[in-house]
Amino acid sequence: MTLAEHETTRIPAGVTRQQVLVLYLSTSALDAQVVGWARYDGTGTTRPTTGDSDEPPYATGVAALEDGWRLFQAAQLIPPYPGAEHETSFLKHEFFFEKLVQL
Amino acid sequence: MSTTPQLLSSVQVARFVAHGFLRLDGVVPAEMNTEALGVFAGDLPVVPYGTPVPKAFPEDSFARRLVELPSVAGALRSLVGPDPTVDHHFVHTRQPHEGSAQPLHADALIDVRPDAFDVQLMYYPQDVTADMGGTLVVPGSHLRRINESDTGRYQNLLGQTRLTCTAGTVMLLHHGIWHGGRRNDSDTVRHMYKIRFNPTVPQVRLWDVTDLNSPAVSEELGRTFPWYEGATGRLEIHNRIQLWRTLSGDADFDIDYWATRIANRPALRSQA
Repeated sequence: MTLAEHETTRIPAGVTRQQVLVLYLSTSALDAQVVGWARYDGTGTTRPTTGDSDEPPYATGVAALEDGWRLFQAAQLIPPYPGAEHETSFLKHEFFFEKLVQL
Repeated sequence: MSTTPQLLSSVQVARFVAHGFLRLDGVVPAEMNTEALGVFAGDLPVVPYGTPVPKAFPEDSFARRLVELPSVAGALRSLVGPDPTVDHHFVHTRQPHEGSAQPLHADALIDVRPDAFDVQLMYYPQDVTADMGGTLVVPGSHLRRINESDTGRYQNLLGQTRLTCTAGTVMLLHHGIWHGGRRNDSDTVRHMYKIRFNPTVPQVRLWDVTDLNSPAVSEELGRTFPWYEGATGRLEIHNRIQLWRTLSGDADFDIDYWATRIANRPALRSQA
């Protein structure tokens, strides 16, 4: 039995679990293009992982809303630190979505 | 077969500076690929950090013959110069149906050198198919300052390279590249042999510079990738301009006047 199967069978029917979708957008606007994505599945029925797909699940953040995902966090806009204005690091425009799933 | 190292052109080095890696498909002969599987089944010789290549890899050893293949030797010499030291080497093995992928990461500690870089050689002795889950590489990620697996949250980025290749393929990567070993969903054991090289000379004009002033150099350095955010993508090109100034020894190199414009400090004229 895999961990996923174990998790699923352990959950009594009728309970609610959370699925999380993380979208990274081209700008800080929610209707901007998706450039990166990650999924985490609290139902245990799928195990999304690194490098498992080339096509984003949605073209924009708004497209995820239209499909029933609920936005619960967007990245703050933080000005560059003086002296580090040209340095690049993590993706800046991170949006967290959830879906509640009845098992 | 020629044993003269095949140096890279300026355009190829510019492509490396933009992408953060160089791919040499099928350059290792079939008999060496077969031999490699036996070599990798055993223990690799221990190489202390910072050992010169001839001492790390004795003549006729597999690794020595690998790095002396003309195309590999030429590319290495073009990027890290003559007489690099071996930082470390390791065989990464992924078992069939191994349940996990590596999180997206950069190797070692966060490395902030603006004027030097290490090169990691990755060698694939067998065909790598999609379900074998080859190395995931994010083109153009190498100049972003991140620490090891802090990028693990990012599962997929638009334009990522999910490596599939023929046996005998070698990749040379900037030390800062975001990458990870993908999950192996096949019935085949997958091997990847990695060697990290440290330069021992300034990395300035080490390649064949006859095409240094070709417009294609700027075209390569100005490339964007689908996962770049609009604004940050411009900063990536600015950062490449700075790196190219170092590598080419041309302190005035620029693309579309970007670096020159923002460095402009006109002297105040006297009001008298």
